[in-house]
Amino acid sequence: MVSKRVTVKNEEGLHMRPAGLVTREMTKFQSTVYFIFEDKKINAKSVMNLIAGGIKCGSEITIECEGEDENEALERAVNMIEKEL
Amino acid sequence: MEALKGIAGSEGYGTGRAVIISNDIPDYEDRKITDAAAEKDRLQKAFDGFLRKTADMIEEMKDRVGESNTAILEGHIMMLNDPYMQEEIMNRIDEGICAETAVKEACDTFIQIFSQTDDELIRQRATDVGDIKLRLLRLLTGTEDINISDVPKGTILVAEDLTPSMTSGIVKDNVAGIVTGMGGVTSHSAILSRALEIPAVLSVKDVMKKVKNGMIIAIDGSSGIAVIDADENTVAEYEEKRSSHLKNKEALREYIGKATRTADGIPVELFGNIGRPEEAEKVLECDGEGIGLFRTEFLFMDSDSLPDEEKQFEAYKTAAQTMGDREIIIRTLDIGGDKEIPYMGLSREDNPFLGYRAVRYCLDHKDIYSVQLRAILRASAYGHIKIMVPLVTCVEEIRSVRRLIEDIKAELDSKGIAYDKGIETGVMIETPSASEIADLLAKEADFFSIGTNDLTQYTMAVDRGNPKVSYLYSVYQPSVIRSLKRIINAADKAGIKVGMCGEAAADALLTPLLIAFGLNEFSVSPVSILKTRKNIGSWTKAEAVKVAESVLLMDTAEKIEDFLKKHVK
Repeated sequence: MVSKRVTVKNEEGLHMRPAGLVTREMTKFQSTVYFIFEDKKINAKSVMNLIAGGIKCGSEITIECEGEDENEALERAVNMIEKEL
Repeated sequence: MEALKGIAGSEGYGTGRAVIISNDIPDYEDRKITDAAAEKDRLQKAFDGFLRKTADMIEEMKDRVGESNTAILEGHIMMLNDPYMQEEIMNRIDEGICAETAVKEACDTFIQIFSQTDDELIRQRATDVGDIKLRLLRLLTGTEDINISDVPKGTILVAEDLTPSMTSGIVKDNVAGIVTGMGGVTSHSAILSRALEIPAVLSVKDVMKKVKNGMIIAIDGSSGIAVIDADENTVAEYEEKRSSHLKNKEALREYIGKATRTADGIPVELFGNIGRPEEAEKVLECDGEGIGLFRTEFLFMDSDSLPDEEKQFEAYKTAAQTMGDREIIIRTLDIGGDKEIPYMGLSREDNPFLGYRAVRYCLDHKDIYSVQLRAILRASAYGHIKIMVPLVTCVEEIRSVRRLIEDIKAELDSKGIAYDKGIETGVMIETPSASEIADLLAKEADFFSIGTNDLTQYTMAVDRGNPKVSYLYSVYQPSVIRSLKRIINAADKAGIKVGMCGEAAADALLTPLLIAFGLNEFSVSPVSILKTRKNIGSWTKAEAVKVAESVLLMDTAEKIEDFLKKHVK
């Protein structure tokens, strides 16, 4: 398993639109992808989970990926959270 | 005939016949199933139908209301495609639950999770899940989908709540107004009605019980009133208001995006007043150049305990981010003995307006005040925030507040927490004392903002709520006019900016006087912004000065008001 701690920079946090983009990208990977936020373990492949997670702008989250393509998945997730959204 | 009060969701007037849109979930037989595969097949067909229909709605909406409004429906597709959502439904079918109940239970689970958060945006997602639930159940039971696009011309839509899928079918030319039993200014119904410019009154209590199909309804979306079973006279009155409203609106349209200047080109700032962070959007919609007054009382009034720093920080930050690099002046807590707030140790006083309130209370409760100031300072890293202190009567008060702010800044520095190091602190001038010593306060403050409601009340020593003396309450009183002139002159002399955030800033009769005295910033309610821009643009400085010179020679409020009515264009 690989993981990295990042800060969410997107102004609206992970609401509907950004959450949708994240899930769409993450489902392309074999590995499981979880966002650990406060005491919640959020499945990044589920838009419902992400919305319910309530991740806001400025929140620090830990991204955890596990599986065959875990390194690629982590890199993609970090890129999305830090730069693209 | 009955006039029902609700929330003003979308401005304008409309009259027509009620068409009731039911959100009730269709009847079905809750049964145990044995063939899970067949049930899942049935569900899959409903899913397919949902996705196809939603994609059609999105396409159709893109042309009609613009692409930015289709995001909600695109979200519905993402939600239904969510593996977690599908799993919640499928698992239930595996347990022998029929598709209808499985959909209902799974959606209700999410609705409950979303509604229980303290984040407004997440709570709104509960409406989306409710919409998905309703449409899936209609597909599963073969109940016809509600088709709002077919309603006849002159329809007033009446619903408990309008879901995004319902609103997407609205044809602007046929719908004269919207009345709902739920929803606030930021709900889907409100946002879409404003985008389509359909008047809407929301959160009308018991509306579904009181309104019958075909009933004549007249609505005023600007003040949030729905008259049900309206008689002929009322309909005529509302129709007249409607046409004059539309005419005015059309005439004001040319002022959108224009700079605010006098007729001879002197620039002034034109801001909006707000009482909640989400209203910042409204200021931008109305083309405000900033926020001249952000009242923070809502944070304290809506709660049973003191709002913590995070909650306040979020509210200030939201407003600051919405406004981007435009200015936003936050007024610190302005609360006192006219409202009883047990958790704040405020009790009723014999003379609340002369009592323990605003900055007096705050300086006596530095623990409470520091939390607010720290939240504002932290939020200042996200926009262009200024701090405004209400009810100042002497220089010691502003000095104490400034010392407190400096202490908090030092603390934030030591922790490496970001804030705007150049943040300005201003004084609200709303007491005769502050007006008398405006020259002294101008040395202590970075800016002034005149609060005309309190200034008039205190200058005239009159309680405007008391009908026996309220006739004295007039901003046209010579004493009030002289006071305004003195305050603006003092700021001008000291080289600091002076604004006005009371109702008088939007008063067309006062505009020439304020221009003549040299007011730098007008802050009005968002709906008055364009009107005020027009008023300001109709005066040259020389014309305004001429009017002001005459007014300053007059000795009664009546003469002044009459004179202004005659001379104001």
